[in-house]
Amino acid sequence: MVKDLALLGKEKALELVEAALKASPGDQTEVLISNADSYLTRFANNYIHQNVAERNASLTVRVVFGKKIGVASTNDLDEEAVRRTVDQAAMIARLQKDNPEFVSLPGPEPVPEVAAWSDETARFGPDELARGVAAVIAAARAGGLEAAGAFSTTASELAVGNSLGVRAYQKSTVAALSTVFMGESQSGYAQARSRDVGAIDPDAVAGRALDKALAAGGAQSLDAGEYEVILEPEAVADMLGFFVRSSFSAMAYQEGRSYLQGKLGQKLFPDSISIWDDGLDPTGLPQAFDFEGVPKRKVMLVDRGVPVNLLYDSYTAGREPGRASTGHAGPAMAGGFGPMAGNLFMAAGDASIEDMIMATKKGILVTRFHYTNPVSPVRTLLTGMTRDGTFLIENGRITAPVKNFRFTQSIADALVGVEMVGRERRFVGGWRGGSLVPALKIARFTFTGVTEF
Amino acid sequence: MKDLTDLALQKAKEAGAEYADIRIIDSKTESIRVKNGAVTGVSSRDNKGFGIRVLIDGAWGFASSSKITPEEIARVAQNAAAVARASAMVKKGEGVKLSPVESVKATWKTSYREDPFDVKPEERIELLLEADKRLKVDDAVRVTQGFMDLWREHQVFASTENSYIEQEITESGAGISATAVAQGEVQTRSYSGYRQAGYEYIKGLDLTGRAQKVGEEASALTRAPQCPSGYSDIILDPTQVILQVHESCGHPVELDRVFGQEASYAGTSFLTPEKLGHFKYGSDEVNIVADATIPGGLGTFAYDDEGVKAQRVTVIDHGEFVNYLSSRDTAPELGQESNGTMRADGWNRIPIIRMTNINLEPGDWDKEEMIRDTKDGILLDTNRSWSIDDKRLNFQFGTEIGYVIKDGEITGIVKNPTYTGITPEFWNSCDAVGNKDSWELLGVPNCGKGEPGQVAHVGHGAAPARFRHVRVGVGKW
Repeated sequence: MVKDLALLGKEKALELVEAALKASPGDQTEVLISNADSYLTRFANNYIHQNVAERNASLTVRVVFGKKIGVASTNDLDEEAVRRTVDQAAMIARLQKDNPEFVSLPGPEPVPEVAAWSDETARFGPDELARGVAAVIAAARAGGLEAAGAFSTTASELAVGNSLGVRAYQKSTVAALSTVFMGESQSGYAQARSRDVGAIDPDAVAGRALDKALAAGGAQSLDAGEYEVILEPEAVADMLGFFVRSSFSAMAYQEGRSYLQGKLGQKLFPDSISIWDDGLDPTGLPQAFDFEGVPKRKVMLVDRGVPVNLLYDSYTAGREPGRASTGHAGPAMAGGFGPMAGNLFMAAGDASIEDMIMATKKGILVTRFHYTNPVSPVRTLLTGMTRDGTFLIENGRITAPVKNFRFTQSIADALVGVEMVGRERRFVGGWRGGSLVPALKIARFTFTGVTEF
Repeated sequence: MKDLTDLALQKAKEAGAEYADIRIIDSKTESIRVKNGAVTGVSSRDNKGFGIRVLIDGAWGFASSSKITPEEIARVAQNAAAVARASAMVKKGEGVKLSPVESVKATWKTSYREDPFDVKPEERIELLLEADKRLKVDDAVRVTQGFMDLWREHQVFASTENSYIEQEITESGAGISATAVAQGEVQTRSYSGYRQAGYEYIKGLDLTGRAQKVGEEASALTRAPQCPSGYSDIILDPTQVILQVHESCGHPVELDRVFGQEASYAGTSFLTPEKLGHFKYGSDEVNIVADATIPGGLGTFAYDDEGVKAQRVTVIDHGEFVNYLSSRDTAPELGQESNGTMRADGWNRIPIIRMTNINLEPGDWDKEEMIRDTKDGILLDTNRSWSIDDKRLNFQFGTEIGYVIKDGEITGIVKNPTYTGITPEFWNSCDAVGNKDSWELLGVPNCGKGEPGQVAHVGHGAAPARFRHVRVGVGKW
C-alpha cells in the first residue's frame, strides 16, 4: 500500500501557532502542536497478533495573566476548536490564584537544525513491518523457539511558538524493533532503535536474541547476595534513566529530594564515568528544542566522576536568579514532572564484554532489567528483576545460565564501583528519545532475592 | 452518530472484513495541581476520535484517527483492512476464532449525585488550597501538594454483529501529599482516592480533615527508626492490599499474558492453563473476584469494548485458582466464552484484556481484633514502591509507613518499610482478612500494559489482611 502522511509541514504548523497566539487575550501565550502518524506491528508465539495504525494531533495552549496560568488542549485542529481551546485556557487562567514562583515564558533563541528525519521510515507501512517481523520469526523457528515483540515506525512533527517570539518546528521519525525469543525454560532479548528504519537489521536483532536464548537454557538457581556484575547497555540505560530523573532534575534538587543535595562539584564516581544530555547529537534521536521551544544543547551532568549540572525548564530556572532553562521542559499540562532528560549519553570506555568477563572472578552477567522502581529516590535505591539472559561468570568465563535475581541497589553506589566501561555503546529507547550507553563492569551489586525461573 | 458507525462497518465489509467494530469516543479531563500554597497548574483536555478494528482472513487490523468525518472514516476503514492483510502474512494457524456474543442495543452511564464538571473551578481550587495549608504542620514539611482529576468519556460502540452500545463514564479523584525533609531524610505521606462517581465522592474524601495527620506522619517519619530487616508477621492496610492484589493476582490471571501475548513487554504468567482449577493459589481465607458490575469501581461498565456484558467472576475461591480474565479471541482456546474484560485506553488503542474491579472479598476479622491478635508485626499502609518479575512470582513492595505492633498494640512507626515474597507462598500465608466494615473500594488509575502503551483505570476492593512470617526490610539502608 502507499502511505499518505498527515503531517502539516512547517509553514502550516507555524501558521496555526500564529492564529492561536493572535486569538489569545493573555499577557503571555504559548502554543504547542504535535502531530503523528504511527504504525506498530506486534507479534507473539511466532505470529502477528496485534497490528495498529494511528493518526493523532494535539494542540496545547498556555495562557498567562500576570502570574496566573491556564492550560487547555484539544486534538481537533479545526479553526473553531483552536479558538475554543484558547478561550478555555484564558478562562482557566483568569480563575486562578497567582503562582508567585512563575517569572516568564522563555524568550526566543536561534533553533539549530538537526537531522531527525528519514524518508524511508516515514514511507514504511504495515507490509514492510510484517516482512521484518517475518524475518525475526523465521530465525526463532529455526532455533526451535517462539518470538514475541514489536516493530514500529512513527513520523511526527512538533511546533512551538509563544507571544515573546519563540517559533520552532521539527519533524522527526523513529523506528524500533524489540524481541524476546522463548523456549521451554529460557529467553533472550534484543532491540534496536533509530530514526532510520534502514539502520535496523531484523536478522541482526534476531541473531542476538537467538544467541542469548540458546545460551540461557537450563538455568540453575544461585543464592542471592553481593556479586561482581556486568550490566549490558539495556540494563545500564534503565538504571541511568532513574538516576538522572530523580537526581538531576532541578525541581527535585530545589525541593531537597535529590541525592545530589550538597554534592554538586564533588568527585563521587571514577574518572571513567561521564554522563551528559545532548539533543543535538545525531547518534541519538535528535531534538532541536524542548516543549517550550528552548533550543537543545549539550549539558554535562557528570564530568569524569564529578556531578556538575542540573536540568532546568523555564519554571525551575525562574526560581534561581540569573539561571536560564537548559532546554528540558516537558509539555505544559497540570502536574508536570519538572525538567527531564530525553537524550542521554554515557562515555564509552575501552573494554569489550569479553574483557569484562575475563576480568570477573565470580559474577553475574545481566542482559536487561525488568520492572525497575525506586525504593528511595533520595538514596538512589532501586529495585527490579533481571530478565531474558542472566549468567554466572566464574574465573573469567561464563559457566552457567542462572535463574533471575531481584536486586535492591543504590545506583550511586553501583557507579562508585564501576571498574570497566564498554567500548561499544547501544542506543536504548526512553522517554521521547533514549540513551546511548556502554556496558559496565561493577565491583559489587546487591541481589536480594531469586525467582523460580 | 449511527450514520458514521454504519458507514465504517459498511466500508470495512466492502474491504473484506469478516468482522468489524468501531468505537467513537469523546473525552474530557480537568486537572488541578497545587503545591506549597500556590496553584501550579489547571488544565483541561478534550480528546476525540475513532478506531476501527477488522478481522480479515483470521487476522486482526486496527486503524484510528482524531478526525471524525465520513471521508476519514472511509480512509481509516480501508487502512485497518490493509493492516489486517499485513497481519495475515504472518498469522496464527487457521486464524483468530471469536467466542459468540449477543447483539445488543444499550445505553448506560455512571450514576452520580453531583456532576463534578458543574462544580466551579474556584470551589475545587479552594478545597485543595485549604487542604494544602493544613499539611504544613512544621518546618520539616518542605513540599505540600494536592491534586484533583475529573474524567469523562462518552463512547459509542458498533459492530458488524448488530450491536450498538453507548456508554458514558465519569470519574472523580483527588489527593494530598506532604514531603518532609530533615537530617538528610526525605519522607512522603499521602492520601487519595478515585471512584467512578461525582463530586460527592471528592467531598466525602474529607481532604481537609485528613491533611493534618498526613503532614504529621510525614514529619514524624523523618525521625522514625528504619524498618528492621528479617522476618515478621505483617498486616496490609487496604491501601496496600490493592497493589498486592493488582500485581500478584490481577495481572497473572489475564489470559492474554498467559498465552504469551505480552511476553516481550510486561511478561507472561505463572498461572499457566494446567493450573486452572488445580492450584492452591492462597489460603482458605483468600477469595478474589473480578467484578465489573459493582457500582463506583474504576473498572465498572455495562459492556466491555467488544460488546460483551459486564460480569462478576470468581477468580480465587477459598484459595483455589478457578478463573482467568478473558476476551472473545482468547476464551475459545480454553473452550470458554469471553467473560467481558476487554478495554481500550481511548479511541486510538485496541481493546486488550484488562482488570475490571479485582476485589479481595471481606473475611470475618474486625481490624482492631486482627491487631490485638498479632504478637509481633508491622501494619503497612499506602503503597510507595512496587516491582514484580515477568511471571508475577517474585515481588517486592514498599509502603509509606509501617506501624509497629507489639503484643497486640501499635507502639510506634518505622520508615522505608519494604516486604518481599513469592506470590503463592505469600497468599498461602494469609490467615486473616478484615470484615465488611473494614472493606473499601479503591482504585488504581495508572495501570500500564501493551504496546503502544495503554493506561487503564482499574478498581480494587479490599479489606486489611494478615500474612505470617514475611521477609521485611529488604536492602541496605
